[in-house]
Amino acid sequence: MSDSQHIEDVVVSLNAVSVKYTVPIVRFGTFKEYIIRRLQGRVRNREFWALNNINLQIQKGEVFGIVGRNGAGKSTLLKVVSRVLRPSQGSVRVNGRVAPLLELGAAFHPELTGRENVFLNAALLGHSQKDVEEHFESIVDFSEIGDFIDAPLRTYSSGMVARLGFSVATSWDPEILILDEVLAVGDEAFQAKCHARIGEFQAMGATVLLVSHNAHTVRSICHRAAWIDHGELQAVGNPADIVEQYRKAYSE
Amino acid sequence: MIEGTQIYDSSLKRSKAVEELVEAYRYRHLIFQLIRRDVLTRYKRSVLGVAWTMLNPLGMMLVLTIAFSQLFGGTRAYPAYVLTGLVAWNFFSQTTLASMNQMVWGGSLLSRIYVPRTVFVLSSMGTGLVNLILSMVPLIIVLLITGNPLRITVVFLPIAFLALAAFSLGVGLLISTWAIYYSDIAEMYQIILTAWLYLTPIIYPESIVPQNLRLWLFTLNPMYHIVSLFRAPLYEGVWPDVSQTVAALGIAFLVMAAGWITFTRKSDEFAYRV
Repeated sequence: MSDSQHIEDVVVSLNAVSVKYTVPIVRFGTFKEYIIRRLQGRVRNREFWALNNINLQIQKGEVFGIVGRNGAGKSTLLKVVSRVLRPSQGSVRVNGRVAPLLELGAAFHPELTGRENVFLNAALLGHSQKDVEEHFESIVDFSEIGDFIDAPLRTYSSGMVARLGFSVATSWDPEILILDEVLAVGDEAFQAKCHARIGEFQAMGATVLLVSHNAHTVRSICHRAAWIDHGELQAVGNPADIVEQYRKAYSE
Repeated sequence: MIEGTQIYDSSLKRSKAVEELVEAYRYRHLIFQLIRRDVLTRYKRSVLGVAWTMLNPLGMMLVLTIAFSQLFGGTRAYPAYVLTGLVAWNFFSQTTLASMNQMVWGGSLLSRIYVPRTVFVLSSMGTGLVNLILSMVPLIIVLLITGNPLRITVVFLPIAFLALAAFSLGVGLLISTWAIYYSDIAEMYQIILTAWLYLTPIIYPESIVPQNLRLWLFTLNPMYHIVSLFRAPLYEGVWPDVSQTVAALGIAFLVMAAGWITFTRKSDEFAYRV
């Protein structure tokens, strides 16, 4: 068996992954309330399984799409892969550098200049000062910010912020790119540029994991897709089939 | 620089406390950037800028001197006495409060991208250290003006910094952990800080504390020992007591370890909570 070869090609592996949120039935936001409820013996929690026993292997170089309704667990799945959430049960193994493209520019500070924010945001993604200096030119070029780079971020338009965010997040060739419906940034021309850049990564052998409500996107760019509902994997396979099954399930 | 190949395996059962230490080191550039951001943005739109870091404790000292120098007239060079204590206290109160607030701020970030959870607390300590070093400038000026020449004992300061930073880190980690779960910990801690300030001989001389309270206010109060490590070499110009130094460092490192272990044990749940 050439199993070792096969295992090396798997870059993301989820083994019986379950994620449980514990939601108190009666919400208490403060310590005082908690103590009172505790004394009354009324601290009861409802368990909510956002993901339930998910087994999934994603190969190197694959563009993998995830479809499902709101609240089906798609974003939770991306968070498990990008290490934000540790699974309650089961295990995740990710082999390679993950570039999360979730909520671009979430950490930007309005009082800092674009330049200072680039360094801060790149550091949040784990890059060093020296590393950022080397990429700085290309980040600014791609974002089309121009001279505004030395103005405080509060003077930017929201499109400029999103462009700078995308530019920082994708300036290091990622091995695994995670996209959560973020491709709606900027104007059409910039969106085309984003798509082109993602295509480049793919050509270089990067793995892409994306969530989309857009059936057309999934069908046209994904190699494989999965449909998730109520935290459970319904089907995995050919994108056209998956989209078809998913549509059928909700059109009735 | 991020290494070429990274493997994340959630089932690896390394000790969480150790894993977090490794991860915090890997993200050291982020800690540096966060400190830089805090120092830069704090006074970004103010005219005097970073000078406020130095003027702030001086202002406090002036107010306290006007209010209390008559009352505590027996204290030699009262402004210098009060400022040495205040500088240490400010570090403690500012960094622990900042850790807590940063965690709540960073909380929204923690549920979006992965960063080691301790970076916000560590960067708060770093910002505090920058402020502490800056506030040494006015402190030394006041010491000189009030007739307290700098002595060789000033070389002891790094050890005093170490004890103060370790203790603050421990307390900061502990209250940040609790504050994630219960928002009124933040309010409670404000009150505790105020009480703690008045129960520690910072604005009043030790001599006015009656004998029967000294066990509680001095012996069992970690901040008393830590403040003493600042006062002895700077204000009194003597080497700190060996047993007091050992006690202060011992407590500080114990609290730091307890804080680190508690925080890292709970930190996987933070993203679920905030």
